[in-house]
Formats: sequence, structure tokens, C-alpha cells
Amino acid sequence: MAVLNEEQEMLRDMAREWAANESPVTEFRKVRASGAPEAFDRAAYAAMTEMGWAGIVIPEEHGGSDFGFLSAGLVVEELGKTLTATPIVMNTIAASAIVLGGNDEQKAAWLPRLASGAAIGTLAIDEGAKHDPAAIATQVTDGKLSGTKAFVPEAHGADLFVVAAKDGLYLVEKGDGVSLTTRNLTDQRSHADLTFDGAKAQKLANGGESLLDDVLDRARVLVAAEMLGMAQAVFETTLDYLKQRVQFNQVLATFQALQHRMADMFADLAQMRSAVEAGLQAIDSGFGIARAATVAKAEANRVMHKLSNEGIQLHGGIGMTDEYDVGFYLKRSRVLEATWGSTSYLRDRFAAIGGY
Amino acid sequence: MATVSQTDADSGVDAFREEVRTFVREHFPQELKGKSLAMGGVEIGGAETPDQKAWRKAIGQRGWGTPTWPKEYGGGGLNRKQAAILNEELARAGAYNPIGGMGVLMFGPTLLEYGNEAQKKEHIPPICRGEIRWCQGYSEPNAGSDLANLQTFAEDKGDHYLVNGQKTWTSGGQWAHKCFAIVRTDRSDKHNGISFLLIDMDSPGVEVRPITMISGTSPFCETFFTNVKVPKENLVGKEGQGWTIGKRLLQHERTNISGAGAGRGGPSLSDLAKKHSQVDSNGKLADQVLRDRIADVEIRWSSFLLTARRAVEESKAQGGVSEISSALKKLGTKLGQERAELAIEIMGKQGLGWEGDGFTGPELAGVRAWLYGKATTIYGGSTEIQNNIIAKRVLGMLDHQ
Repeated sequence: MAVLNEEQEMLRDMAREWAANESPVTEFRKVRASGAPEAFDRAAYAAMTEMGWAGIVIPEEHGGSDFGFLSAGLVVEELGKTLTATPIVMNTIAASAIVLGGNDEQKAAWLPRLASGAAIGTLAIDEGAKHDPAAIATQVTDGKLSGTKAFVPEAHGADLFVVAAKDGLYLVEKGDGVSLTTRNLTDQRSHADLTFDGAKAQKLANGGESLLDDVLDRARVLVAAEMLGMAQAVFETTLDYLKQRVQFNQVLATFQALQHRMADMFADLAQMRSAVEAGLQAIDSGFGIARAATVAKAEANRVMHKLSNEGIQLHGGIGMTDEYDVGFYLKRSRVLEATWGSTSYLRDRFAAIGGY
Repeated sequence: MATVSQTDADSGVDAFREEVRTFVREHFPQELKGKSLAMGGVEIGGAETPDQKAWRKAIGQRGWGTPTWPKEYGGGGLNRKQAAILNEELARAGAYNPIGGMGVLMFGPTLLEYGNEAQKKEHIPPICRGEIRWCQGYSEPNAGSDLANLQTFAEDKGDHYLVNGQKTWTSGGQWAHKCFAIVRTDRSDKHNGISFLLIDMDSPGVEVRPITMISGTSPFCETFFTNVKVPKENLVGKEGQGWTIGKRLLQHERTNISGAGAGRGGPSLSDLAKKHSQVDSNGKLADQVLRDRIADVEIRWSSFLLTARRAVEESKAQGGVSEISSALKKLGTKLGQERAELAIEIMGKQGLGWEGDGFTGPELAGVRAWLYGKATTIYGGSTEIQNNIIAKRVLGMLDHQ
């Protein structure tokens, strides 16, 4: 755990307590059972925005707290531990896109609403099943945006889309010219294909050439923070299970074959945490963000992938049942691994940044 | 007020920096610029040049080879900030710290913690001056991972112990003046029957035989003790306290090993690959599989370095050893080996030269380092032992024994 200041410790403790008490995995089960396509609990989101969590990267003059990404990551990690179904990650990234690329009017119009929960934002970048920001066909003519976006996360609940077009990022409100087709993925959260047909669009013109990359790097790191919480939860749940389950008249935790696997995962988790926290800190410091974000998401992918598999295996048969939570982490993990950069995409990017 | 004291602190820092610069200017022989002494954890034999000797004496006299050790025992008595400035200034001048080896890395810190006044006065100053080389008498033929099974026996003869037995993997034993050893003083108690003893290597009855390793070098020895008389003053701590003291020393060793895995230094893997295989018109490696594997290793190496840094920050903040420290040794050594393997593979057979013409010095050194690097996951507590320690002490999994 990174060394935190008092403010950050309070924020983390508050998030930890809230997630454990108000949003355990049973809450995700309720959301799932409701079958609502937006797949989150409005009341729970209202509670989060009341605590200021939606405005952590938003400047104070626009209704946020401007605590920065390390602070946002602390909250998201705690929410990830209990698989809290919430658009807060995507909303935070949409807000940061406006902070980075918006003009004063756009900031004044949207940031206070994204901070208060009056509106929810998300990111619509990819046009196929794989993350590929270099392959964008969406176009804007005369302020009208047209194109299709695939597997947009949190699309059902979103009021505002930050959309990648050939010549940059645009803000598009839900409504006229925007239609949505639900895509049910294995994590049973909100995903949809979007079709924009001459939808009214405003360009985020202030972020420079690298705006799309800058926004995506923030998305990679914050998703990695969610995965960090998930990995921590799988690790702890599995360790607890090994300490309880008895076979051959012995607690499983006494078997050395299992001990060494847990020791390996402990070391992997340490690396994942270091990489994710360094990614968050890089964003706050403004230095070396692209490389740090790539390392953060690549390590999150590697370690979460391994832990989600080992979690099932070490739970044995009951790990295969819907009654146990460990399977939810596996399913959510694969979706997040594919989000904003698979492992092979990230390795390619890391090599490109390194000049080879 | 704050501004005034800040200014005072700054001027103190500046004055110290100036003091170091003056010292380096006056004492560091320019002929040694850019050359470092690759001591690492293992002592190197061979004669010093007059320049090297002069530099060692100058820095040793000042105590700056062991900058944070107490001044009363010959250390520099510097605080962390000053020690950091010293390092910066040495690096800036292309100078190096000539005081190293096991005395500095492992034995000194342990003796400062557990030794009595007379022992500290006798043994610490020569370490600070780089005069006495120490070796480690820990492992035995039947006491490797199960170190507490050691059988070398120190029999109580009143004013002295009579030591009989065999140590092995004695790093730098053939060049060492003295040995810090754990020996058995009581056969009836496995752990509480162990004591920590200091043995002169020129005592009658000490015999050292170098062991040739797969790397072709002989950094380790077998050391035989036959009726070796060791004065009682050379017992560190109490009789039976050797396991506690010996384990404490291993913590220093593991911290040092973790960062020192093979495969560091020299050109980066990607530069090496660019030199030895095809590059496309965009400067990308044409071998996509190799490119992917290099990125994979380097990403994990990055997160290891971040973890090492985090362990230091956490330990400092919480005033104790961070729990992730226990994972550093196994992570760093394994990744070091992976990097060394990949470097060899990138170069093809040019990367497998043993000796003779047709190979550059760095190429040959790389082969030896790759082979020697296999030891890093074995010594200082093997990876398997580290896994036991993590499982039991950090994760609270029950003892399998």
C-alpha cells in the first residue's frame, strides 16, 4: 500500500467500511436478479455521490474535491473488492476527459453534474470486440456525429458519452440520433453497442493531439485499480477457505503444495499493487504516465487472470457453483482484461514506448 | 520561523555537499574514474593497485565507506540525507565506494546489534577501513535449507572452544581473514543449541578448499575445522543465541540479494535484440515473438523494481519491516534469471561463449553471470524456503512439518 496522507486514509477507510457494510457481493446479486439493463443500484450510486466519490478528480470550482487519481483509485479498489456494480469508474474517466480537453463552458456545463450524480458519463471508443483506438471510423460533419461503438460499458445508465471520432473526442448526449443495443456479457453488467446517426456533438478541443491516449491511460489505470480490489478479495477469500476446509483429516492450508501456490500469488499481488499504485501516482504527478499506465494494466491483467483461475481451482467443486462468489470475479475479470487493452495490446504498446 | 530554519537546513546540506566535493577532488585518483569494484555479496581476491589502495584508505579513514554506521566505531555517522548526498557526489565524480563485502553487508550490521562493546571496538573499525575480509560459515553438507541441522561442534574447554566440523559454500573463504560462523554448542536442542562464533581463518586446524562452480569460477569454498581453538571472547551474544542472531543476519543478506539478481547491468534486452536480430523500417524488432517476450519480462521487471521501492517506503513509514519484503528475494532472483536467459537466447551461440577468441569480454562475462545467477534462487534461503516463510509467517498457513 502506497504511503497515504491523512485525507487519503480517511477516504479509504470510509470506502472500505461502506463497501463491506452497504455493498457486499449480495448487493451485486440483487442487481443481477433485478434484470435491469443499466445494472446498478441508483440509490447506492446516490450514496456514493453524496460522499463525494464521483467528483474526486474534478476541480473544486466545478463541484469536485480534486483529490486526484490515487484517491480515486483507493475508492475504486474498495468497490472492486465487493464487485460493487456502479458506473463510478467510467463516470470518473468521462469527467477526466472533460477536465483535460473541455473548454470552460463544457466544464461548467458537465463537471458539476458528473460530480453530483445528476448526470452519468461514460466512454465510447472501440468499434469492434477488441480494443483498437487506431481503428476508428466514426466521423463528425457540421457538428453531427455518425458511427457505431461496440461494447460501451455503463451505456444504459449514461447521460453523456465521450465519443472517439477520427479527428478527436466529442461529447454526445443521449437522445436524438443515439440508439442502443444491449450486449449481455458474462459479467452481467451494462454493455451496449451504440449507433450514432447524426447525433449532436461538441468537440473536446483543448486537450491537444494526445487527448485520446491521455484519457485511455487514465481509464487503464482506474480499471486496473478495480481489478486490484478484485484480486485482493479473491486472494483473501481463497486463503480463508484453505484455512477452513478439511480433507484427509487436515486443514488444506497445511499442505505445502498449496502453501507455495499461495506464496506465489502473494508475490504476484504485491507486484500488481505496486504497478497499479505507481500508475495512479504517475497520473497525479504528470510524469511518465503512458509507460506507468501500460505497466499497471498489463500487471493487473496478468495477476488478476491468474488469481481468478486459481481462486476457482483452490475452492474445488464449490468454486464452480453460482452460490459462491469466486466465479463472479472470474467473469468480471475477463471482461476487464479485454477493456482498454488486452495483455498483447499492452505489451505491444510497452515495446513501442520503449522504442523497440 | 519555518523559513529561517529551512534556510539553515539548506545551508547545512550545501556545506556538506561542498565538503564531499572537496574530499573527492583531493583524494579520488582520476585513473579510477568510471571503474567500480564489483564486490557484490562475494569477496574478490587479487591485489590492489596503489591507486585503489589509496582511495580505499582515504574513504575508510573518513568512515564514508559505511556512511551511516556510528562514528565511535569508525563509521561515517551520517544521517540518511547526508548519505544520499555522499552517494550522489561519488556518482557525479565517477567515483565508487571501495568498502564492501560481507563485513559491510551482513556481519557489521549484525554485530552492531548483538555484539558487546569490546567486540564492536575490535571488529567494526577494520571493516569500515576495508582492511579485514569476512566470510560466512553457515551451510554444511547436511545443513542447507535445513540450516539448523548444522553439526559443526564447539566444545567448551574453559577459556576457549574447540571447534570441529565442516562448513561449505563459504563465500570468499580462500581470501577471508575471519569467519562469522554458527556452530553447535549443545546437541540436545536443535535451535537453542546453536551459537554465533567468530573464527580467525589463520588459526591452526582451518583448511580451505575452493569449489569450482558451473560458471568455472570458485567463489565458494569448503572449510574444514580440526581442533580449532577459539577464545571465549569471540562468542557473540549468549551461548544458544546463535540461531536468533544468525537469522537476523540472513535478513540483511536477503535484502542485498534481491536487487542483485543476474541479468542487470550492460545493455537492455531490447538494445541487445536490436543488435543481434532484424529491425523493421519503423525501428521495431522484426521477430514479433521475441519482442513480445522482452516486453513481458520488462513489464514484470518494472513492477518488481516498484515493489522494491514500495517495500522501502512502507518500512520507513511504519517503522518496521514491510510484509512484502519477504517476497522481494524470490521475485528479484527469478526475474534476474529470466532476463539472463533471454539475453543468452537473443545472442544465439554468440551468447554461449566459454573462452577464447571470437567473443567480446562482455559476452564472455555474460555467460558466466548467467550461470552464476542460478545460485541466487538457492543461496540465502532458497525460493522454496522463502515460500515456506511467506506461507507461515505472512499468510498464517499452518506448519506442514
